[in-house]
Amino acid sequence: MIEIQDIHKTFGENEVLKGISAKFQQGKNNLIIGSSGSGKTTLLKCIVGLHEPTKGDVIFAGENFTHMNFEQRVPIRTHIGMLFQNSALFDSMTVEENIMFPLNLFTEMSKSEKQDRANFCLKRVNLDGTNKLYPAELSGGMKKRVGIARAISMQPKYLFVDEPNSGLDPLTSILIDDLISELTEEYQITTVIVTHDMNSVMGIGEHVLFLYNGEKWWEGSNKEIAHTDNKELNDFVFASKFMRAAKAKL
Amino acid sequence: MFTSLGRYILLLRLSFRRPEKFSVYWAEIMREMVSVGLGSLGIISIISLFIGAATTIQVAFQLNSPLVPMSTAGSIARDSTILEFSPTISALVLAGRIGSSIASQIGTMRVTEQIDALEIMGVNAPGYLISPKIIAGMTMVPLLVIVSITLGLTGGYIACLVSGDVTPADYLMGVRDGFDGLTVRVALVKAVVFGFIIASICAYQGFYTSGGALEVGQASTRGVVYSCVMILFADLVITRLML
Repeated sequence: MIEIQDIHKTFGENEVLKGISAKFQQGKNNLIIGSSGSGKTTLLKCIVGLHEPTKGDVIFAGENFTHMNFEQRVPIRTHIGMLFQNSALFDSMTVEENIMFPLNLFTEMSKSEKQDRANFCLKRVNLDGTNKLYPAELSGGMKKRVGIARAISMQPKYLFVDEPNSGLDPLTSILIDDLISELTEEYQITTVIVTHDMNSVMGIGEHVLFLYNGEKWWEGSNKEIAHTDNKELNDFVFASKFMRAAKAKL
Repeated sequence: MFTSLGRYILLLRLSFRRPEKFSVYWAEIMREMVSVGLGSLGIISIISLFIGAATTIQVAFQLNSPLVPMSTAGSIARDSTILEFSPTISALVLAGRIGSSIASQIGTMRVTEQIDALEIMGVNAPGYLISPKIIAGMTMVPLLVIVSITLGLTGGYIACLVSGDVTPADYLMGVRDGFDGLTVRVALVKAVVFGFIIASICAYQGFYTSGGALEVGQASTRGVVYSCVMILFADLVITRLML
């Protein structure tokens, strides 16, 4: 489980996060949603340690991550997998080398064991046979799946996903959502997903955190969203005619 | 300026922190050495041959007097090549070739979140990305300078053969006479320092890039310009201290 307590983040005079607290449960898809500029990516970066919170604590399974130095964070970081918005695959490495990279650095596995693990991860994301391709040779959806394969190569306890569906067609988006959801349940990972894709919210949002102007505005599940009277959340989720029509049928 | 200097020093300190796994870093150092050394051999060879030849012809032209033995042209061309042309001009060319490559490579990794990905994994990103480049710069630039000196003197010899301004025998006598090993030591010290300057300054510019493609280009340009200025400044300091 991950717990965040009273997270504040300020850039210059601009207070982006204004005291956000939440708990992200193991084995669940925890979604952080909100409009552009609401602070959801900043919150994600504070949780994983790419930004230091101005105030507040991030606690991974009882260990306060915020107060640790670089060396102390390494054991926790080896349990973290992250899928970036643009996949962030290493351009100079093949797909297989990308997946084996954390294994090379943090495990004592033999070369054949690492290759077996890479093959397993690629098979898990339905990309077997792409080992020797470079990221430039992959489509957007394939890059995302390689990013997921790299993220799960170290058998993480925590999976962070930033905008998994940006730039993908609806069908591929559903595939990526389903894949993340399956992995979360299968390996009992604590998964935190930042998104503003309403299909994801309604499809896999077991626990949803809605941010509005840097504050936690609403918290609940996808099933509760349809019945909430929270104006800002309704305006955000049901902004399109299609979503309003879908809500009317519920 | 002091903020930048402080960030530069802190980045260097982070770059030389104990590696997570030495074998992975060693492979990276080897890869960078091939890229810096072999990748720059062609351009260094071409400029060294031409500069050596041009220097010899110009010195011969300036010494066109019956009172000065023509072998002096060889001596002056030798010392100019060893002390100044090979280390400094090679370093300026290398700043453009490898410096821009380092800054744009690291800058692109920054803006495409690849550096964030390294940090999330628990990798010391400055150590993994920057230290191999600095080590490669400090080892390969001196080797390239040795090649450059050899080819520069060869270029002078070829110029003598072709132009006839100085006879090849006079040139070779001049190159041999009064040779002082200190000049080569000075050239190698310069080369090591220049290698460090190119790799570290350009890596710093790339590492702190933010934005997109435009900013990566600007970081690359800044890296090359600052490296060139610092190379010329270090050239003056080393020359003053060692000669």
